[in-house]
Amino acid sequence: MSSIPAKESHITSYPKFIGRSLWLATEGSFAFYAWMTMLTMLFLVGANAWANQVAGGMIGTNMTDQVSWGLYIANFTFMVGLAAGGVMMVIPAYLYHDRKMHDVVILGELLAIAAIVMCLLFVVADLGRPDRFWHMLPGIGKFNWPISMLTWDVIVLNGYLVLNLHICGYLLYMRFLGRKPNPTWYIPFVMLSIVWAISIHTVTAFLYCGLGGRPFWNTALLTPRFLASAFVSGPAFIIVAMVLIKRLTGIGGLDHPIATLTRIIRVTILINLLMVASELFTEFYTGGSHVSAAKYLFFGLHGKTALVPWTWTAIGLNITAALLFLWPGLLGFRWRPLLVAACCMAFVGAWIEKGMGLIVPGFIPSTLHEVVEYVPSQLEWKVTVGIWAFGLMVFTIAVKTALPTLKRPAEH
Amino acid sequence: MTSTETDSTSPSKPCLPIVENFSRRAAVKAGFATLGAGAFVAAISPLRQAAKNTSAAEFMQTHYTELSPEQKADVIARLEAETKEKYGADVTIGDDRPIPGTKFVYAINLSVCNGNGKCVEACHKENNHDRDTNQSYIRVIEMPKGTMDMEQGSTTYTGVVPKDDKFYLPVQCQQCDEPPCVDVCPVKATWKEEDGIVVVDYNWCIGCRYCEAACPYHARRFNWKKPEVPAAEVNPDQSYLSNRIRPVGVVEKCTYCLHRTRRGKLPACLEACPTGARVFGNILDKDSNIRWILENKRVYILKEELGTKPAFFYYFD
Ligand code: SF4
Ligand code: SF4
Repeated sequence: MSSIPAKESHITSYPKFIGRSLWLATEGSFAFYAWMTMLTMLFLVGANAWANQVAGGMIGTNMTDQVSWGLYIANFTFMVGLAAGGVMMVIPAYLYHDRKMHDVVILGELLAIAAIVMCLLFVVADLGRPDRFWHMLPGIGKFNWPISMLTWDVIVLNGYLVLNLHICGYLLYMRFLGRKPNPTWYIPFVMLSIVWAISIHTVTAFLYCGLGGRPFWNTALLTPRFLASAFVSGPAFIIVAMVLIKRLTGIGGLDHPIATLTRIIRVTILINLLMVASELFTEFYTGGSHVSAAKYLFFGLHGKTALVPWTWTAIGLNITAALLFLWPGLLGFRWRPLLVAACCMAFVGAWIEKGMGLIVPGFIPSTLHEVVEYVPSQLEWKVTVGIWAFGLMVFTIAVKTALPTLKRPAEH
Repeated sequence: MTSTETDSTSPSKPCLPIVENFSRRAAVKAGFATLGAGAFVAAISPLRQAAKNTSAAEFMQTHYTELSPEQKADVIARLEAETKEKYGADVTIGDDRPIPGTKFVYAINLSVCNGNGKCVEACHKENNHDRDTNQSYIRVIEMPKGTMDMEQGSTTYTGVVPKDDKFYLPVQCQQCDEPPCVDVCPVKATWKEEDGIVVVDYNWCIGCRYCEAACPYHARRFNWKKPEVPAAEVNPDQSYLSNRIRPVGVVEKCTYCLHRTRRGKLPACLEACPTGARVFGNILDKDSNIRWILENKRVYILKEELGTKPAFFYYFD
């Protein structure tokens, strides 16, 4: 049952391939089962917390009318970046014809799939009336397109999901059949996905920077900053994943892609820091009331300082990571643990910067200049952890699906 | 497409390993899957409670503007019955439509307002706000004299009013002519009516709170929990688009008391104001008081630079 007769139609053999892949993806060592069990448990905790939130109203979160978006939208924003960051594998592989990237480019696409699934879950978790989600479906609901940026976001995110599902599904399926993938069936989609990855993050930035009443977000630099940090966090995640895959499965050919991604982060992390610096300069050198959100973020306002520790942690992590990435030795094999550490720092730094450091200060001070602070509630953390666990589950299964074919280098 | 690709096929080279012991593993996996599914159902069981609060008719209800007159009557009858059942109060819910040739505007005389907060209280009662959270559509900012910078004001002031070195700035929905809150709503749950009032269909809103983020005047409120109002305190004169008791998880806002003003009365906050600082009326009516004020006083609007074009004015004597 490992190969499909050549005359069998795709209609029957594609589901067979998916079933077969899923079957193999759920095979594994004791450690694998332990990992999946742990993720399942965390996911169940999150699902339960979310069900309670729906039953009792969002009063269980610490959000208020002043700070009406919190941890969920913060994570959503970061996840969009992670999904977009996956494209940093695709660009060297297909635009610069880096052969060795070809074999592993699928990892970036699988990450994009898992990240988009998480994005959608975070949006649903943030809805006051998830039972009315169908109001958003074009056709049966009422879709405020093209005026609302949120409807654009729905379109680009789902489009990106479908695009990546197609590319990954097609490439893996062809290798499963033992055939050479036909470029006309995936190259145009790969090229489209590069543009599309940029669009998902651009549209998500437009969600915020289009709001004139929120000076902290109302800056044209928001979009490029989003992209720059996405191109740090995405590759950082994939490097760590590849180091782990190499360790756990002994798959070869990953060192070259790891080095390429390290070189990419080396540039993007500096661009990101440069943009943060220029934003800070405009804010603080100009002064005025425009600066109060930034003041709150970095130094606290009227004695309220909840975000200050987050901010400085993020800055510390980002700068340390940047310095590490500048060091040439990081490309060497001997320094793998250090590379992983640098990636983790960059990843967490971007998470804070794009999440708590971007969404929350947009609301503080409020539009009537009240300083109402926000610290996520336990319920919000549980839901968040649950969604992360689910995303990691999707990613693990997806990578396992791809492993048998990764072991055999593609015949491009 | 199959025929062109089969040439390169090499079916002899299996690329997925064959798994032995298929049936035993299948049984173990099926066991785990069942266990997981069971645990998942248990984890989300609180949803059943939530589902009880939503009838099938409510779930299926279409957008307000798409309801036929008969459907509207059914919906309103259902809402009245639900209020009776959940709050123990007999209410009538009207479907007040804009009066042709009317454009409502509001003005506040800042020389007169003394920050006593009676408007805030009246709004709270009139609109059946949740008693616990003490919600209101109006916020009064105590401002130091000599500045228009809200940064220096306070919404949580206490003590005897008015204080000598302060003036008072009440803020509520400005019923903008270019409302950013309406633009951002992904499902058109909020819109501007012909008489200038921005409304929300509480039965269509999905609770994303994007409008709350977009409004520059902090005019929107979210129902973080089910509103609690004792039966005796429920204001029974209600309208579908204004002060009927809101469902949990949706956004609400000031509607210039359309259940009063579209019936020829004045907004509750105006009636409650002891200083006479508030003026309300139809700007299209040449002989109205409000028209005279806008033509003869030194009038200004809040956050003019944002281009929201408020239908809410402030003036000094
Ligand atoms: S004040 Fe706010 S809620 Fe009212 S119309 Fe303007 S933007 Fe919308
Ligand atoms: S909270 Fe409701 S009214 Fe506001 S933007 Fe979302 S769906 Fe529209």
